[in-house]
Amino acid sequence: MCLAIPGQVIELFPDQPNIAVIDVVGVRRKVDLGLLQDNLPLKGDWVLIHVGFAMSKISEQDALDQMRTLRALGEAEAAMQEIQGYGLENTENPEAS
Amino acid sequence: MKFVDEFREPEVITRTSAEIRRLADPSRHYRIMEVCGGHTHAIYRFGLKDLLPSNIELIHGPGCPVCVLPMGRIDDGLAIAQNPEVIFTAFGDMMRVPGTLGSPLEHKARGMDVRIVYSPADALKLAEKNPDRHVMFFAIGFETTAPSTALTLLRAKAQGVHNFSVFCNHVTIIPAIRAILDSPDMRIDAFIGPGHVSTVIGCRPYEWIAKNENKPLAVSGFEPLDILQSIVMVLRQLKADEARIENQYKRVVPWEGNRAALRAMAEVFELRPYFEWRGLGFISQSALRLRESYAEWDAERRFEIPGVRVTDPKAAQCGEVLKGVLKPHQCKLFGNECTPEHPIGALMVSSEGSCAAYFNYEHRKTAMVTSISSGA
Ligand code: SF4
Repeated sequence: MCLAIPGQVIELFPDQPNIAVIDVVGVRRKVDLGLLQDNLPLKGDWVLIHVGFAMSKISEQDALDQMRTLRALGEAEAAMQEIQGYGLENTENPEAS
Repeated sequence: MKFVDEFREPEVITRTSAEIRRLADPSRHYRIMEVCGGHTHAIYRFGLKDLLPSNIELIHGPGCPVCVLPMGRIDDGLAIAQNPEVIFTAFGDMMRVPGTLGSPLEHKARGMDVRIVYSPADALKLAEKNPDRHVMFFAIGFETTAPSTALTLLRAKAQGVHNFSVFCNHVTIIPAIRAILDSPDMRIDAFIGPGHVSTVIGCRPYEWIAKNENKPLAVSGFEPLDILQSIVMVLRQLKADEARIENQYKRVVPWEGNRAALRAMAEVFELRPYFEWRGLGFISQSALRLRESYAEWDAERRFEIPGVRVTDPKAAQCGEVLKGVLKPHQCKLFGNECTPEHPIGALMVSSEGSCAAYFNYEHRKTAMVTSISSGA
């Protein structure tokens, strides 16, 4: 629940300013940028993602640190499962969580 | 202590731990509450207790959303989903939380349409994909998660999606801290403030804790060093007889919070006059509900709910553990009837719950040591 997952913005859509494609260790999903609308990220920026929404912009170093923290907490797998599940992909098997 | 080598910057950890020992007055007993369940998890996971002198006691706070949700609310959500038109959606954390007649997952096994989503936005998407069904999102969480639910509702309204609703169980952290400080059997010297809640609300909402209650608070990150540094911060204040709000997690938490998130919440939610918390009882203005202008998307208004107060199973002592009156292993069910595999109480379900954290790290460790020594 309290997971905050670091990802890099790799694609923005001029006609959909609230959406970005982010990359989290090679997995790419769309996330919602609505919570950053006062200060939208640019392509290449790093963000912390929580339940499908980018919630803060962070530095690249902090993003790497955050990924390491998740690993150290034993939460990296759950984080990747969350990212993979965005967009209703891989959500057919609740038992797996 | 063996974990220290595995940490990043082990020398800094050792130095910080020594600093804590220097600052702690041996004639005093310190009770420091970590408000957030994420911190509770980290503290057990990293064995941080071993790095603290014995007169510093960490008290686990109420910041685990599934833990504080009373069982009656789960029953209410599941009652709505008895309606065959309804698809029940929730985060994975919710799926194993026991209701009176079992968890959402157990209801799924009995034929209920229960699905995990990883984002409220996906619950909305599911509604768009299933125009002949009604998708209800069982929303839980503190201010970290509430803005995402709010934005999803804003989008549902803007896109005119009418087969979607939210069963709102969002709670707010400040009233819970107030309830803890008001309760007479609770002596807390200082707080480790939540990390991700604070990215949304910022640090100002804590100021009364320093000003009126004279307690230090440090908003903290989740790494071992973050938590130790936060303990140093509050100990320094206690030593100097000061009380301030400090931000240890500046790299992520802005002092003013996230205005866009607060705006979205204000647009969609209003405070409930009161809400029941497991262990803490009814706390006034401690939870959110949908505003009248979002009535159409409010599952509580759209559907009949039993709204019955249900007490936890008799032997379960979740309330006492949540209040910090008992440690997890002091509950009669801990480790025998109640385990992460077969949770009886919600504190055993989520990795943020103190019973699960204690079981996974402390209990398994002790059990291993006992079995090794008895086998030898
Ligand atoms: S051990 Fe189980 S029943 Fe006892 S307090 Fe913890 S979660 Fe509740």
